[in-house]
Amino acid sequence: MSEDTIRFTLNGRDVSVPATTRGHLGDLLRHEFGETGTHIGCEHGVCGACNVVMDGVVVRSCLTLAVQVDGAEIETIEHLGSDHDVAALQNAFVARNAFQCGYCTPGMIMTARELLAGNTAPRREEIRDAISGNLCRCTGYQAIVEAISDAAETLREMADE
Amino acid sequence: MKSANFAYIRATSLDHALSTLANTEDAIVLAGGQSLVAALNLRLQVPELVVDINHVPGLDQIEIGDDEVRIGPLVRHAQLMASDEATKALPLIGKALPHVAHPAIRNRGTTCGSLAYGDPAAEMPACAVALGATLVLASTDGTREVAAREFFEGLYETQRAPHEMLIEARFPVAPKGARPVFDEVAARRGDFATLGLAGQIHVDSGVIAAFDLVAFGSEPAPLLLENVADIALGKAPNPGLITDLSQAVADQVHPMESPLATPQMRRRQYRALAERCLHAAMEFADV
Ligand SMILES: Cc1cc2nc3c(=O)[nH]c(=O)nc-3n(C[C@H](O)[C@H](O)[C@H](O)COP(=O)(O)OP(=O)(O)OC[C@H]3O[C@@H](n4cnc5c(N)ncnc54)[C@H](O)[C@@H]3O)c2cc1C
Ligand code: FES
Ligand code: FES
Repeated sequence: MSEDTIRFTLNGRDVSVPATTRGHLGDLLRHEFGETGTHIGCEHGVCGACNVVMDGVVVRSCLTLAVQVDGAEIETIEHLGSDHDVAALQNAFVARNAFQCGYCTPGMIMTARELLAGNTAPRREEIRDAISGNLCRCTGYQAIVEAISDAAETLREMADE
Repeated sequence: MKSANFAYIRATSLDHALSTLANTEDAIVLAGGQSLVAALNLRLQVPELVVDINHVPGLDQIEIGDDEVRIGPLVRHAQLMASDEATKALPLIGKALPHVAHPAIRNRGTTCGSLAYGDPAAEMPACAVALGATLVLASTDGTREVAAREFFEGLYETQRAPHEMLIEARFPVAPKGARPVFDEVAARRGDFATLGLAGQIHVDSGVIAAFDLVAFGSEPAPLLLENVADIALGKAPNPGLITDLSQAVADQVHPMESPLATPQMRRRQYRALAERCLHAAMEFADV
């Protein structure tokens, strides 16, 4: 990190911003880069709407200081839409009506994608545990659990082919 | 809410971190940030300087020896949970970790951060007290070891001085045949426990040879239930004993007042929870 600049990779591009120490990564992504798919709900880690991928793992962008990402690789939902696993999740969320207002959806997809990367056939219980840190105020979760389960099945079928 | 302004420094070595902590009034360590950044955002904490230790090399080691498991200050909850070797050596930790927060938070939050923070509802401090862990604190003055059983003094109060860093947690490896005892009451999986029990029981030649049980969540700091152990030692596990032990748990706790439940209700929850997890640990069918 040079004295006054933070450099990092955002969705495959090298970017830099002044090292303003105040503020968290979620605000930085939205305000400086217009990546508004990262939603801010609670700003204390509870809701999961702000999940992004940092150096390969899902993290809360509201609990990551903007200055902390110097040298890191950040991916937001905007960048992941073309991945086959995210596409399978998106299709399943649509088919199952797994969102209404959609505020929680990007964070849900991030969590579900990481779950399915490590567990290709999660049980309903495991899905519920995985999304326990993602709050949805609209759907009641049942449809989300079913959608993630459906996406897992689709991905297994794709892997078999 | 948004944090107040603060200075930020990325420590390049342990010495760098320790000297920065020693030389700056009101400096604070940033490990996983999963408690600290939330506290900054809520302005519960307004430090002058945040010392980020995430880029100090070598702090993310789990060393598994014959007698102890040593956990460095950048070992994340998820990393420990994924280590089969570690959770085999420390079955209680393996059983408790899935209850610690949610996956994205476990990806960043650290075992040592959790111990240093001393949240009364957190699982790792309770496990450290139950297992008799040793915590290693370092400052520019040198290092000292503190028994976990003495470290936690009250709500977010520990023996750590502000300029000290927790550089290692040492957990004794479970003796062969020892079984974990763990369960908690929480609003949802991954939420902080409103109350919980963490412990380890060792049955040898048909009698209870060791039993360390800790109540947490409802108390200002993890509470080692010594009377419960006194009742259990030397006895053969049986359902009648479990009833007695569960009552002893309920009698020994001092639940804090809470808008959610009266102390009396908490005691009843403890009794039911103790029955459930002792039946599971002693392998009797749940009643
Ligand atoms: C929504 C949510 C739910 C959660 N649920 C749970 C739960 O159910 N159970 C649970 O146990 N935890 C829970 N947590 C907290 C989580 O486990 C934190 O990761 C943990 O408490 C702190 O670890 P950290 O590495 O993130 O520490 P940080 O947030 O970086 O630091 C916390 C405090 O400890 C100090 N500190 C950190 N490391 C050190 C060190 N090595 N030496 C000296 N001081 C240090 C910091 O200065 C700070 O004061 C939850 C958090 C959130 C946001
Ligand atoms: S905004 Fe980050 S978890 Fe709610
Ligand atoms: S769809 Fe509205 S919050 Fe989940």
